[in-house]
Amino acid sequence: MTAPTLPASGQKLAGRRSAAGRVSLTPEVDFVRIRFAGDSGDGIQLTGTRMAASSAQFGNDFATFPDYPAEIRAPVGTTYGVSAYSINIGQTEILTAGDTPDVLVALNPAALKVNVADVREGGLVIVDSGAFAERDLKKAGYDANPLEDGSLARVRVLPLDVSALTLGAVKDFGLGQKDGLRCKNMWTLGLVLWMFGRDTAAVEAWLARKFKDTVRDSNVAALKAGHAYGETMELSGDVRRFDIPAAQVAPGTYRTVTGAETLSWGLWAGARLAGLPLFLGSYPITPASSMLHTLARMKDRGVTTFQAEDEIAAICAAIGASYGGSLGVTTSSGPGVALKTEAIGLAIATELPLVIVDVQRGGPSTGLPTKTEQADLLQAVYGRNGDAQIPVIAAATPSDCFHCAIEAVKLAVRHMTPVMLLSDGYIANAAEPWRLPDADSMTPFPTTFRTEPEGFHPFLRDAETLARPWVKPGTPGLAHRIGGIEKDYDSGNISYAPANHQRMTDARMGKLAAVARDLPPQEVDQGERTGKVAVVGWGSTYGAIRVAVSRARAAGKAVSHIHLRHVWPLPPDLGELLDGFEHVVVPELNTGQLATLLRSELLRDVRSHTKVQGQPFKVAEIAALLASLTE
Amino acid sequence: MGIQSDSPRFTDKDFASDQDVRWCPGCGDYAILKAVQRTLPQLGATPDSTVFVSGIGCSSRFPYYMATYGFHTIHGRAPAVATGLKVTNPELDVWVVTGDGDGLSIGGNHMLHVLRRNVDLNILLFNNEIYGLTKGQYSPTSPCGTRSPSSPAGSIDAPLVPAAFALGAGARFVARGGDTLLKQLPEVLKRAHAHKGASFVEILQNCIIYNDGAFDSVTDKKTVADTVLFVEHGKPMLFGRDGSKGLVRSPDGFGLAVATLGENGVTEADALVHDETNRLLGMALASLRPPHFPMVMGVLHCAPAETFESACRAPAVDTAADPVEDILALLHKGDTWTVA
Repeated sequence: MTAPTLPASGQKLAGRRSAAGRVSLTPEVDFVRIRFAGDSGDGIQLTGTRMAASSAQFGNDFATFPDYPAEIRAPVGTTYGVSAYSINIGQTEILTAGDTPDVLVALNPAALKVNVADVREGGLVIVDSGAFAERDLKKAGYDANPLEDGSLARVRVLPLDVSALTLGAVKDFGLGQKDGLRCKNMWTLGLVLWMFGRDTAAVEAWLARKFKDTVRDSNVAALKAGHAYGETMELSGDVRRFDIPAAQVAPGTYRTVTGAETLSWGLWAGARLAGLPLFLGSYPITPASSMLHTLARMKDRGVTTFQAEDEIAAICAAIGASYGGSLGVTTSSGPGVALKTEAIGLAIATELPLVIVDVQRGGPSTGLPTKTEQADLLQAVYGRNGDAQIPVIAAATPSDCFHCAIEAVKLAVRHMTPVMLLSDGYIANAAEPWRLPDADSMTPFPTTFRTEPEGFHPFLRDAETLARPWVKPGTPGLAHRIGGIEKDYDSGNISYAPANHQRMTDARMGKLAAVARDLPPQEVDQGERTGKVAVVGWGSTYGAIRVAVSRARAAGKAVSHIHLRHVWPLPPDLGELLDGFEHVVVPELNTGQLATLLRSELLRDVRSHTKVQGQPFKVAEIAALLASLTE
Repeated sequence: MGIQSDSPRFTDKDFASDQDVRWCPGCGDYAILKAVQRTLPQLGATPDSTVFVSGIGCSSRFPYYMATYGFHTIHGRAPAVATGLKVTNPELDVWVVTGDGDGLSIGGNHMLHVLRRNVDLNILLFNNEIYGLTKGQYSPTSPCGTRSPSSPAGSIDAPLVPAAFALGAGARFVARGGDTLLKQLPEVLKRAHAHKGASFVEILQNCIIYNDGAFDSVTDKKTVADTVLFVEHGKPMLFGRDGSKGLVRSPDGFGLAVATLGENGVTEADALVHDETNRLLGMALASLRPPHFPMVMGVLHCAPAETFESACRAPAVDTAADPVEDILALLHKGDTWTVA
């Protein structure tokens, strides 16, 4: 067997959309950042996704950041029930939802309280003044009305009685006060669309597809009323419309995607390219459940999904499916992956292909279920009993999830090993426009099952990949037994012999070396291959690092950005590449896990820059780091 | 599957692997292994289309001794692994071998769910009421007061009855056999195999090292006639030497009682007739134990229903279709826009 060059699916991340490659620099000229915030039940996430879709159709580049509480419907009006959706809309390449909103729409006092401090100095804050009664203020923990006590002097406040305006707009539909107020989000969206010079047609069409009768009609009426309000009312001079032209993007067909969708599709695509049926064993867990939902809707495309009784059964069923000749996949988040630990070891010992997806969230334990973090890296690489490392791939963006998933499938089948695919709460939920890959970017890698009895034993190895033969039970003449007990290297039978265990352990670890050998040379995402500072990132911090590095480079700093897709094994040429820089800094959303790996594996001095607040890096945080290193 | 053949193509030897069996001499597992190896050829099974999946424990070494496909998995998880295998490969004949600790303690959750889902598996639970492989601690089926290394003053947890657990979980086929009941065990295995859906067979099994004689009061040859009731569907539930005793309705309320035929006007006609389709009766029978009642063996309950794997499994993809075209079709379905 000759090694095909990996990865055929290794799409270059840099310049993924922007044809012009312009650096975004000026808020409200290059881009505008808007945040919708309200109660968990206010439909904020829906408002945000519609704004994203509308921007997509207009031709802007954008990035989003949904941020919602773990509680489904926390008590109305409280700060812990606030749901927010940030979207950054630009004419340049947009890779983050933006550090500081230029516009905040707050539908109640609690939403204002939680979010207003983030708003840019002089930014616009639209509040629903109809929701600022004394009772509402008290629930949000305000002693005095912030709209009246001067505490909001650093921003421009536009108080509008959105509640009354919405009720007025829907009065003809015979809705009660409660149902009528549920259209507040559409009224607000209408106003924001007007501010961006967009019409309401696309959202109307969407509402017509999603709802019917009074629900549809009342929402459309609210949407139009919000838009018309902007058009006809004399808004104060503080309020101006934003003119963000369409971005110069690469030609192609686009769609708006979240990381959960692209990752699910990528797993299925990988299985199709491998010629294997896809079996997903999963147990609901935030923020990974949406992949189970996505794949459950793909039964007609050959996807079998199994909602197991627990995380352990989910992975064990996937292992059973892989044993039977399907591609077994399990999806979870950190706490669930911890439960799967022993079963991952079984898949390592029995050398079966398996993809484990960890959509990371804040830990330890239950931690921050709906907030993002990158703190499962060492769990992914090392977190099992025995010497049991597996390849680990991390996705950078929602679009990248698709290619990373195909890559994970390819490695799993090629080397007969479990592969860990890391995503996180941020990219799983965030939306961005995706330029759909073309046919040339996908090459089938059909799987070969062993059917020849002559000379067979279950742990024969391919000299190059160290993969053992994959045999479907039911194949005549190849009946054999496998299990978690150590096997004899030469026969596959149970063996506790000292030298044999050494040999089998070496073979299992040798698979990682084989994976590493196949990796393409490590690219530099931006900048030269030598210089003053190399910023080494992995996973979803890609966007913030890329923007900060591009701005630093625009300011003439010798900074380069290196992004690792293969976080384990590390690319063999990485150490040499890092030697070309005076400083190597590793920003990550944990307490320094990749930095630990780089130090121990490469014996290089790297600086760790970390944050664990359940939030992605701000561009400004990375920029400040770069400034401190390049002064 | 399940085809009876007068002249089997295979013999018990074809189902025995070349590996030395490593159970303790005198272990009840040997008899069960032999019974399975002898029964499979009679069922028309072939080594290549049969898979044994096990967890961890003495019983779970079973697959290594079968010349079939076999997967020795991790503690308690065999039902889950077997589910994934059966759903994706419904044509295989999949057996699960487990024990009282593996199947009801660490793996109790999976056992519950595999039974309620009704995955078409044959599940053999060797119940020796002790942890053997970890050297003799009490198990979830050990009687209260069991003295063991981890319960020097006697165990304090109430035991559960595997067959009753299975019925409570919604199993559609529940049977009980014993390692020494060499005449009846193969019949139970055949019925389990013939049943479409999850078949749960509790097999009383003697651990000669850590719990020797646990079932002597039940299966001792001298007394077995008085202590075991072998039930058959549609037949009166009689036991004792010469069928002198019968299970009757309890005269003082809801339940069962033992009556001696010929005493107090009781006749054979008073004995209850076994109805294996009646779940409530199965529950009642599962929980009976000596000394006041017989231990009930045979098929306690059998009421087939649709199996899980047939409903769960996605239709096969057209292997002739170009995968890349399929992938592009998915990606382009929905709201897209084109930039020239």
